[in-house]
Amino acid sequence: MSLTAMTLLQQFVLLLAALALFLSFVLLAQPRLVAAIHVFAWQGGLVAAVTLTVAMAGDASHLYFSALLTFGLKALLIPWMLHRLTRRLGLARHTETLTRPALVIMAAVVLVIFSYWVVVPMVAQGLAFTRNIIAVSLAVVLIGLLMMVFRQQAVAQVLGFMSMENGLFLAAVSATAGMPLVVELGVAFDVLVAMVLFGVFFFQIRESIDSLDVDRLNRLTETNEVEGAS
Amino acid sequence: MISAWLIALLQALLCAALAPLLVGWVRKVKARLQNRRGAPVLQPYSDLRKLLFKETRVAHTASPLFRIAPYIVFVATWLAAATVPLIALDLPTARIADIIVLVGLLALARFFLALAGMDVGTAFGGMGASREMMVSALAEPAMLMAVFTLAMTAHSTSLVSVMEHHLADGFVLRPSYLFAFGALILVALAECGRIPVDNPSTHLELTMIHEAMILEYTGRHLALMEWAAQIKLLLYGVLVANLFFPWGIGAAFGPLALGIGLAAVVVKLGVLGAALAVGETVLAKMRLFRVPAFLNLALLLGLLGLLSHVILEVGA
Repeated sequence: MSLTAMTLLQQFVLLLAALALFLSFVLLAQPRLVAAIHVFAWQGGLVAAVTLTVAMAGDASHLYFSALLTFGLKALLIPWMLHRLTRRLGLARHTETLTRPALVIMAAVVLVIFSYWVVVPMVAQGLAFTRNIIAVSLAVVLIGLLMMVFRQQAVAQVLGFMSMENGLFLAAVSATAGMPLVVELGVAFDVLVAMVLFGVFFFQIRESIDSLDVDRLNRLTETNEVEGAS
Repeated sequence: MISAWLIALLQALLCAALAPLLVGWVRKVKARLQNRRGAPVLQPYSDLRKLLFKETRVAHTASPLFRIAPYIVFVATWLAAATVPLIALDLPTARIADIIVLVGLLALARFFLALAGMDVGTAFGGMGASREMMVSALAEPAMLMAVFTLAMTAHSTSLVSVMEHHLADGFVLRPSYLFAFGALILVALAECGRIPVDNPSTHLELTMIHEAMILEYTGRHLALMEWAAQIKLLLYGVLVANLFFPWGIGAAFGPLALGIGLAAVVVKLGVLGAALAVGETVLAKMRLFRVPAFLNLALLLGLLGLLSHVILEVGA
């Protein structure tokens, strides 16, 4: 089905999904921690909006609840928790220096092309009007993974992880019109528990190495070993 | 056929005539936003007339290229503007030249502008030229990426076909158009030397780009250079307005259709100019070394436009 054959509401779903992909790129290249948290909140809001619009366009009433859940959790609660964490850790004005941001962005573009190539046979099956979004959601997952690899800041890595979850949720909504409610609630609470655990971990990491730069974790053990040997 | 060429000529003259008005409008809105009364909207015309009748002085070290460059820059920019449908769609000029020719003509004008900046041998000229080349080398791929996105939807690189296709489709929400729109706006800001990239209203030596290149010009040469810059702003405005919101443009050559087309384009440019003034009031000029990141964003938007066209919009 090409774009002109869709209703306006269905076109709007695609537009929102494309914007969510764009926000993944912004998240990847945003050096300021607080701004990155805001971008993540916007992405969560967009995913919730996609779910809501799919519910309206596809007449799937159980999606209204999951849209509400996503909005409350991904756009409000988790960003607020992260915000509070960064303030308590004294990272509110923290700016990370990114090495070669343009190159990483191009790598992310390659990931988008790759996920499109992977998804092409699946799209040929012809599921619903949302099937085109599967490639986008896979790309969001992969870019979240890239962000976890590329960022050194622990909080930024958690943001990458959470945006991966956004991509997975988008895939679930677009491929199967939403998971059963039990599964969805389970995933939501898993994410919430993960967030709480991450918060505890942040304090642990900072206590042991006095920073949240994860690269220093490796360096520190190596120097310790050398010192211990000599 | 002859009437079509006449209308193309009329439209080219209209481009040159409207360009100072757009600049005057932007300045006026900006002044009002900053609580100043500002110069009258028609002030750029008076400035141009004053410069045209002033004596033209040329530096001792200037080569013939320095004297020719204003004419080449003006003609190339004007020709480029003439290929963009302004009030009517089916123009012979727009049929001859497509988007790539348009980008090429602008590049020709920029090349001579940079050469002229370096010709006299002052420090500012060379500095401005090198900065201009840096900005344009980064802006051009982003611009091509954005227009290719539109061209892929219409299966043609001709501006007329793109607009006709858009008009025939009616109102369709295309993610790719949204991204291309963002990319083209960013490129237009960089290419016309507007505020996040260059400040058009000051001659501050450390930050100026366009002003540094034309610092040595006087009289009618300066008038032509300024006028070319104004036409370029109008060109990008018309490009953004008519590519993404082509409604209202005259499909036929009747006086009524042309009148509606003119009114529509004036309204669209008025809105765009006001938006530009608001943006220039809200934003501050960024450091020169931040400009590559700014244009990288434009390139990324263009690329995402292409990709989202392929992924989301083409039916399997």
